Amino acid sequence: MAGLATAFGSGAMTNSINEIEEAELILVAGSNTTEAHPQVGRRILQAVDRGARLIVIDPRLTALAARAHVHLALRPGTDIPLLNGMMRCMLDDNLADDLFIEMRTENFHALRDMLYRLDLDQVAAATGVELQSIRRAARLYAKARKAVLCYCLGVTQHVCGTANVETYANLALLAGKLEKEHTGVDPLRGQNNVQGACDMGALPGVLPGYQSVHDLAARGKFEAAWRTPLPAEPGLSLLDMTHGGPEGPVRGMLVVGENPMLSDPDLARVEETLRSLDCLAVSDIFLTETAALADVVFPAACFAEKTGTFTSSERRVQMVRQAVAPPGECRGDGDLVMALAGRMGVPFADASPAEVMEEIALLTPLYGGIYHDRLEEGWGLQWPCPDRSHPGTPFLHKGAFTRGRGRFVPTVHVPPAEQPDGDFPFTLITGRVYHHYHTGTMTRRCAALDRECREAVLEMNGGDAAALAIRAGERVRLVSRRGSLTLRAAVTGRMGPGQVYTSFHFTEAAVNRLLGAARDPSSHCPEYKVCAVRVEKVA
Amino acid sequence: MTERVLTTCVYCGCGCGCYLHVEEGRVVGTSPSRNHPISRHNLCLKGWHLHELIHHPDRLTTPLVREDGRLREATWDEALARAAAGFRECLEHHGGRGLGVLASAKCTNEENYLLQKFARTVLRTNNIDHCARL
Ligand code: SF4
Repeated sequence: MAGLATAFGSGAMTNSINEIEEAELILVAGSNTTEAHPQVGRRILQAVDRGARLIVIDPRLTALAARAHVHLALRPGTDIPLLNGMMRCMLDDNLADDLFIEMRTENFHALRDMLYRLDLDQVAAATGVELQSIRRAARLYAKARKAVLCYCLGVTQHVCGTANVETYANLALLAGKLEKEHTGVDPLRGQNNVQGACDMGALPGVLPGYQSVHDLAARGKFEAAWRTPLPAEPGLSLLDMTHGGPEGPVRGMLVVGENPMLSDPDLARVEETLRSLDCLAVSDIFLTETAALADVVFPAACFAEKTGTFTSSERRVQMVRQAVAPPGECRGDGDLVMALAGRMGVPFADASPAEVMEEIALLTPLYGGIYHDRLEEGWGLQWPCPDRSHPGTPFLHKGAFTRGRGRFVPTVHVPPAEQPDGDFPFTLITGRVYHHYHTGTMTRRCAALDRECREAVLEMNGGDAAALAIRAGERVRLVSRRGSLTLRAAVTGRMGPGQVYTSFHFTEAAVNRLLGAARDPSSHCPEYKVCAVRVEKVA
Repeated sequence: MTERVLTTCVYCGCGCGCYLHVEEGRVVGTSPSRNHPISRHNLCLKGWHLHELIHHPDRLTTPLVREDGRLREATWDEALARAAAGFRECLEHHGGRGLGVLASAKCTNEENYLLQKFARTVLRTNNIDHCARL
């Protein structure tokens, strides 16, 4: 969420999920919300029933797009020209929020100059969206009194993911759609505790609470608390660790509850890297593809067997409680870490989850008032919550941005790393389906969910299928520059011509084998959403 | 007797509040919390089936260590000793740069906090990340 942090100083949902119900306009970008975030999808549909306007920016005709007042079915990877086009239309129609820009933002001139150089006909040509629709969307968004902008991985998983997010932030700043209830910019986080893992500093460049490892004062505070000097160099990102190969810098890894052997792009490289490690220790609840390569595997307790907190997309920190004892010799990952630290000669004080939370509160201003005893009653606390008497913060940036002024960051179109060509004429888009969660390690073992949705299918447009003489349900081979796999074709009106779609939950058809390792230079987000492929009939 | 334990769904970032129904040490069902601001007496299909993985027969229940190329069952003591020795050796030969930790969006905040503290203070590295972007 690097882009939002540049613009506003903080990279989380600015609103609460329930505020969406009261919005007059909802703009959804790159998010199949009804499937990936069902409760958010529900709020959006309720708002629409009540009369709210809905704009959807997505190459696919998702369930929400089908209900949208304006569906901007852009060519994959062209968010930046599309949004720049919308902003130019706002300037032309005199719909920018001048007072907000003057009082609350900086660097507007750079954005304005860039927008005035923009050729709107080129925008239409690059995005494949009619200018009329772009203008209509711009007017609806700018004129709404309460407008919420939601986006998800369809925006961030591009080579230009960070710039994409900055562009969405520009749009909200230009229209003054921030800092208010029912109005803001809301990145929807994929997995249940992605927000919490980021907040806790499970990132190479920041300590808990987004305190930079470069920041001397912040580092000093942690060094004093932990009584040891800390490394000042930012570390390697996940992909740098898992794609280093046999000569890579990392020789030993502890992998807890992750399965890079299924979730990463370019899996052959990941396998080569993990196999070459001198020491790989994995903790998980199942013997995942990654655990199968490990030197040591620890059996982990699952969420029903431990106590602690999760932080949801809307920054709500809430309890997860132990319901049953862990089976066999399973242990929580906190116990594992404490035992391992002891074995390595740097013992951590034996602490209960509530005591760990106290340490977090002491060192992390965002969580400064969050203690387990406060979470026992009620429905959790939304950060920032600086002290024990603070009630939590339903929406961010009230009166001022975290970084002071909101910053316009002009962005230019970066074409996807891989363009379709004669050999690989289709653009492959990947995503998730309603019934499964991430790599499927958990959900695919749930009988009811697996029954509903048993295998990956390749969604394609009727015209494309006819041209290749492919019938619905037939097995087809999907080939990229890096590999191939076979799966069943589903012919659907959801896809535009030249585009195919599949999900990444299924081991048998690990679609990530096909994807490139090109990624955003600043967030290191791999480009999962766009890859050039061809589709072949299986004889 | 069914005991109901209030907890948080783990299948997406919406963070619904729900109850796990416990009978004789086993979780046998899930139901939504009526008053939780997000779930409001409603879960999606994934949430309704939240309990199904808990007692799955494929669960790992003992530590495993690799011997002669195969994973075999081991005690916690042996598994911890193996991992600690392996990491210590990496640390001696390559320093903190040679080590890395992948934390998880499935772990609790407290676990993620301990994992990054472990990476930074014990393994002496900032090489820690998780699947946030995937
Ligand atoms: S019940 Fe559904 S919407 Fe609610 S947190 Fe679980 S997966 Fe998300």
